[in-house]
Amino acid sequence: MDPSPGALQVTGLSTGYGTTFHLANVAFRAEPGDVVGLIGPNGGGKSTLLKTIAGVLTPRAGTIELGGVPLRRLAARVAFVPQREEVNWDFPVTARDVVLMGRYRSAGWLRRPGRADRDHAEQALARLGLAGLGHRHISSFSGGQQQRIFLARALVQDPLVVLLDEPFTGIDAANREVFHEAIRDFAASGAVVLMATHDLDEVQVTTSKIACVSGRLVAYGPTAETWTPEILRATFGGRVAVFA
Amino acid sequence: MFDALIDPWRYEFMQRALLEIVIVGVLCGLVGCFVVLRGLAFIGDALAHAVFPGVVLSYMAGKSILIGAFVFGLLTALGVGFLSRSRRVSEDSAIGVIFASFFALGVVLISREAGFRRDLGSLLFGNVLGVSNQDVLATFLIGLVIVVVLFALLKEFTLVAFDTTMARAAGYPVFALDVVLLLLVSGTIVVSLQSVGNILILALIVTPPAAARLLTDRLGRMMAASVAIAAGSGAAGLFLSYHLDTAAGATIVLTATACFLVALVFAPNHGLLSSAIQRRRGYHHVHHYHPMGEDADPH
Repeated sequence: MDPSPGALQVTGLSTGYGTTFHLANVAFRAEPGDVVGLIGPNGGGKSTLLKTIAGVLTPRAGTIELGGVPLRRLAARVAFVPQREEVNWDFPVTARDVVLMGRYRSAGWLRRPGRADRDHAEQALARLGLAGLGHRHISSFSGGQQQRIFLARALVQDPLVVLLDEPFTGIDAANREVFHEAIRDFAASGAVVLMATHDLDEVQVTTSKIACVSGRLVAYGPTAETWTPEILRATFGGRVAVFA
Repeated sequence: MFDALIDPWRYEFMQRALLEIVIVGVLCGLVGCFVVLRGLAFIGDALAHAVFPGVVLSYMAGKSILIGAFVFGLLTALGVGFLSRSRRVSEDSAIGVIFASFFALGVVLISREAGFRRDLGSLLFGNVLGVSNQDVLATFLIGLVIVVVLFALLKEFTLVAFDTTMARAAGYPVFALDVVLLLLVSGTIVVSLQSVGNILILALIVTPPAAARLLTDRLGRMMAASVAIAAGSGAAGLFLSYHLDTAAGATIVLTATACFLVALVFAPNHGLLSSAIQRRRGYHHVHHYHPMGEDADPH
C-alpha cells in the first residue's frame, strides 16, 4: 500500500515538555498543498506544536491524522528540517550521506541504500543547486547551502508532510528564492507543509494559511484573511509593530 | 634489535594476551565511535563501574567474571535507559546514582574476602597476561555478536546519533535503538574488563575514536582508523609493557593516548599544526563551523 496525499487533521491536541502544558486543545485542518505558517511569540508553543506533529513529543491528548490515518503510521513520509542550531555540524558525514538518510526508511531494516537511492540523492542535491558537492563534509558549506542539504533530504523522502523549524534563519536573498521554490514544489506534490518561523515577512510571501499560536491556537485560516492587526496583536500581545 | 621484537611472543601467555587485546581493540574501536558520536562517554563510564559487583560476585564464586559482568551490564544498560526516560530524575543524576552505588557495592563485597587488595587490583586494572584460552574464545564469540549487531543497525545508529529529531519523526524506535547501543557498549566493556580493567576501559573506548575523528571527516574511515588505533595500541602497549616491565592495561591506554596526541598535533585538517599553518596563510579553516554561515544576513 502506498499512502497518497491527504488532509492533515489535528483534533483536541494538548502537548508540552515535562509536566508543563505549552498548548491546550489545538484543532485545525490543512489540505494537501497547503503551506501553513506557525507564528507566535517565543515560548508561545509553535516549536512545541511542530515537534508534536513530528512525533518527537507525545501528545497528552488529541489526535493527528493524515487522510484519516494516524500520522505516526505514515512516519516514513514525514520529513523534518531541523533548526540550524540543533544540527551537529561536526558529525563525520558528507552532504550526500545526509541526503541519503532520507532514504533509510524506504530502504528498510538491514538494507543499505542502493544505487537507485544514491541516484535519487544526487538528483535532489542537483535540484537544490548543490550538484557535484555531495562529497564535501557538511561543515564546509555556507549557512544557506547547509539548509539546502536538509531540504534535499526532505525531498528524497517523497514526503506527505514537511515540517520546517525556523527555516529562514541566517539565509540570504539568493537562498531564500531556492527555499521558496522548494516549498512550492513540496506543496505542488500534494504534501502538507508546516513551518514554524518568526520571520513574518516570509510568512506573508510563502504561506497559504497561518496558525497563530500563543499557549493556544489564537487564530487559524487563510493567510490573507487571518493576517489582521487585531489577530496579530492578540497573538503577540501587542509586542509587534503591524504594518498590514 | 630483532630479538627484542620477537622475544615477548615466544611465550604462550603473551600470544594469548596479544590475541585477546587485538580482539578487544577491534571491539572498543568500533563501538567507541558510536559512544563518542552519540555522546555516551559518561554513560559508558557508568556502565563500566556498574558491572563491578557482577565481576566481584563471579570472582568470589570462582566462575568466569564474564558471567557476572554480563548480568550486571544488562541490568545497568536497561536501568540507565529506563531511568533516563522518567522525567522525575535528570539523566545525569540517574546515571550518577546507579554507577556510584553499584561500584560501592562491589568494593563492599570484595572487602569481605581475605587478601582483597591484590584481587581488587587485578579487577580494577585488568590482567591481560592471565587470560585463558576459554577467555579468548568467549571474547571472540561475544565480540562477533556485537560486531554483527552493530553493522546490522549501522545506518539506524548513525541517523539517531546525527539527528535524533529526524529519526523520531521518521518513526524509528529511538529509545529501543539507544538501549541496544547501550547493550553493545555494555558487552564491549564486559569482555574488555579482564584485559584493561574497570577503571581504564573507558579510555580504550573513547580515545581511539576521538583520535580517528581528527584524522578524517568520513564515518567509515573514522571507524577503520579507530579500530586500527585501538588494536595497534593494544599490541604496541602489550609489547612495551613486556620490555618496560609495566602494567599491561595502563601501558596500552597510554599508548592510545599517545596516538591521540599525535593526531591532535599532526592531523591533516583538524590538527593544531595544520590549523596554525592555514591561519598563517590567511585561509579560513575549511572545516571550521561558522554559526551563521558566510552568506548569512549581517545583523
